[in-house]
Amino acid sequence: MRKPLMLAGLVIAATPVVAEDKPQLTVYAPDYFTSEWGPGPKIEEGFEAICNCDLKFVAGDVLPRLLLEGERTEADAVIGLNTDVTARARATGLFAPHGQDTSALSLPIAWEDDTFLPFNWGETAFIYDRTKLENPPASFEDLLNAGDDLKIAIQDPRSSISGLALLLWVKGVYGDQAPEAWAKLAPKVLTVTPGWSESYGLFTDGEVDMVLSYTTSPAYHIIAEEDDTKVAAIFPEGHYFMTELVAQLKTTDTPELTQSFMDYILSDGFQSMIATANWSYPAVIKEGFLPEGFAALPRPAKTIFYTEDEAEALRQPALDEWLAAFAN
Amino acid sequence: MARGLRQLIPAALSAALLAALVLGTLGAVTIRAGGFGALRGPDLSALWFTLWQAALSAALSCALAVPVARALYRRRFMGRGLLISLLGAPFILPTIAAVMGLIAVFGRRGFVNEALGAVGLPEVTIYGAHGVIAAHVFFNLPLATRMLLHGWQAIPSERFRLAQSLGFGPAQMLRHLEGPMLRRVLPGAALAIFLVCLTSFAIALTLGGGPRATTVELAIYQAFRFDFDMGRAASLALVQVGLCLGALVVSLLVTLPSSSEAGLDRPPVTGLGAGLVLRAQDTLAIAAASAFLLIPIATILLRGIPTLGALPGSVWSAVGTSLWIAGGSTLLTLALALPLALAAPRHRWAEAAAMLPLTASALVMGTGLFLIARPFVNPTSLALPVTLIANAALSLPFAVRILIPEARQLQADYDRLAASLGLTGVARLRLLTLPRLARPLGFAAGLSAAFSMGDLGVITLFSDGETQTLPLALFQLMGSYRLDQAAGAATLLMVLTFALFWACDRIGHHADPR
Repeated sequence: MRKPLMLAGLVIAATPVVAEDKPQLTVYAPDYFTSEWGPGPKIEEGFEAICNCDLKFVAGDVLPRLLLEGERTEADAVIGLNTDVTARARATGLFAPHGQDTSALSLPIAWEDDTFLPFNWGETAFIYDRTKLENPPASFEDLLNAGDDLKIAIQDPRSSISGLALLLWVKGVYGDQAPEAWAKLAPKVLTVTPGWSESYGLFTDGEVDMVLSYTTSPAYHIIAEEDDTKVAAIFPEGHYFMTELVAQLKTTDTPELTQSFMDYILSDGFQSMIATANWSYPAVIKEGFLPEGFAALPRPAKTIFYTEDEAEALRQPALDEWLAAFAN
Repeated sequence: MARGLRQLIPAALSAALLAALVLGTLGAVTIRAGGFGALRGPDLSALWFTLWQAALSAALSCALAVPVARALYRRRFMGRGLLISLLGAPFILPTIAAVMGLIAVFGRRGFVNEALGAVGLPEVTIYGAHGVIAAHVFFNLPLATRMLLHGWQAIPSERFRLAQSLGFGPAQMLRHLEGPMLRRVLPGAALAIFLVCLTSFAIALTLGGGPRATTVELAIYQAFRFDFDMGRAASLALVQVGLCLGALVVSLLVTLPSSSEAGLDRPPVTGLGAGLVLRAQDTLAIAAASAFLLIPIATILLRGIPTLGALPGSVWSAVGTSLWIAGGSTLLTLALALPLALAAPRHRWAEAAAMLPLTASALVMGTGLFLIARPFVNPTSLALPVTLIANAALSLPFAVRILIPEARQLQADYDRLAASLGLTGVARLRLLTLPRLARPLGFAAGLSAAFSMGDLGVITLFSDGETQTLPLALFQLMGSYRLDQAAGAATLLMVLTFALFWACDRIGHHADPR
């Protein structure tokens, strides 16, 4: 008789104790989000202080998971989608309008989407160490014409969002001449990595002179490491805009709570911590939202951006051009 | 006959589980996709690249392993046991740490190019197809070496004694003793390495230098993530399974069945390979292999150790989770592998079933499990069990591969004796099977534990956002600019992985009555 009793005890112990029966809000987020160095914990703390609820992040592949689950998904909202997937996400018909006033956004481009709401942004840029690279390219054209002993690391557009942004960046600057631009750039590409972090590791190890990253990357080194040697090369041809998005699902079983989460995104509490939690610009920039090192970062004069339909149409031809440039 | 069938039940269950895990998940993905999708041009070039680099990597790893394993068998020196253990390390290294180590040695700013530059020679580059192959040899030379060394040790020392007293030279030793052993062991080793390289993903990308070095596994990932084309992913996964099964059939055809007789467990003979030339040859083989395999590892260790103290607390709790998963999946691997390995000498299907997980795409397996589990339970509540099972399945082929030659030997040598004594069931397992297989079992357990420690695996779809393993913590550190701490976490991962492997391997050695 002892065994069943012990089993019963285990079952009871394993059942989570639900504190005060608070409603739960489930938000799907990318892997990096929920680590203690990501923005997840701060968002959770900030929202739980005002919502009388339990905010639960489920980390992983956000859109593939949602596509597999369809209408039976348990997600109330998703955070961390990129503009490259919004067309396919929208086509699922799973999302509801965010209900926020987008005129309050401080983005370098106009944003009128009523479903996907930006919470941060930045632009693609090549980062270099100013103590090691004496004559950094002053423009994209300079980079293309630099000697082939200048080595850069980029990310694969088929597995990395920043890699895809580079495709669109080159397309935005060079248009029909993109294949020629890639042909000039390819010999300088030391290697193509699956994700951003492998490339950035090659750069900090000194393997490459420049790495494809973001205009905001130097802020991390300045603020967290008190190191001002890492600099973004600002090109007059413009830089490609990147943003991360939040959206709520139609199928949520707690619509009011989910709506209040959407309202929280553009609030001062959320936006004021984004700069150092996510090392990117907040979607709403007010006095004091940017720490000193951040505010002083050089800004590109021009921002390039394709709408989701344009980007979707360009994706495959641009990828084929890219593949062709590396084929020989 | 009835008892013979009953004895096969554990092996049949194990095989059924693996088939469900590999083929069932592929089926689930295919059904969900509504059929197989058409392949694109780049997929075909990925297929071609995958095939030739895997074949070349397997051939090189095996060819280089022969002199190294023979040297390690013939020579006795201080620290030999430790060196053999250390030389196994690259195979169990987490990919990301190994790539960091190779770059530190062979990269643009690595020792090799610094030295070449100092004497005015042109720089060599590790980026490109040859870099992928070098990395694959780095990972798999240790596996081939260990499998061959076990092969040499399994030749009864009486035969070497006899050969010595007959005055055999190296060529005759090779022909009569070592050759037949190589024909038994090499096809299996080559197949295992070919399959590992066939399904390789991360290394090919970082050292590949560009999209020309795209593997099928990567194409599957891209079909899923970039194109959301499950039909094409399923087609690619099917192609991968087909390739692997084809390779398996070829290796079964060329493997020589064992026909040797039992020895008396005398200690290995000394004085093999006497003479200056052979001595120099063995010294060179051991020295070159040690330099190639150990310097990259030492580099990573030295860089990471200073940051160990500054690692955040969450990394240490991730260590706990990883150890727990490694322990569980190791037990599961052995429980599934032993019946298959014992059945394999008489039933080829057992060996084929054991190789199935090597053919699987981790991504397809994860997605398939998700699709199957989802109607019944919340997948996030399965995060740990799924990780456990997937890790166990993915290391099982190696465990079985290691056990088979000695299981075959065991049956050839002791089956008639055991049958005449009526030694069956648990008693046979306890008195004969486990003691005689202690050494390969320990090695297999070490490998499983190590794989489980280093594997990111299939859990992304099942992740609950809270359970964090050490490799995941390492990736998150890298993804948030904390590259110094990531180097510390990589060191920690390497040390723990190796410690687990070493402990299991040693336990196996101590439990061996010989």
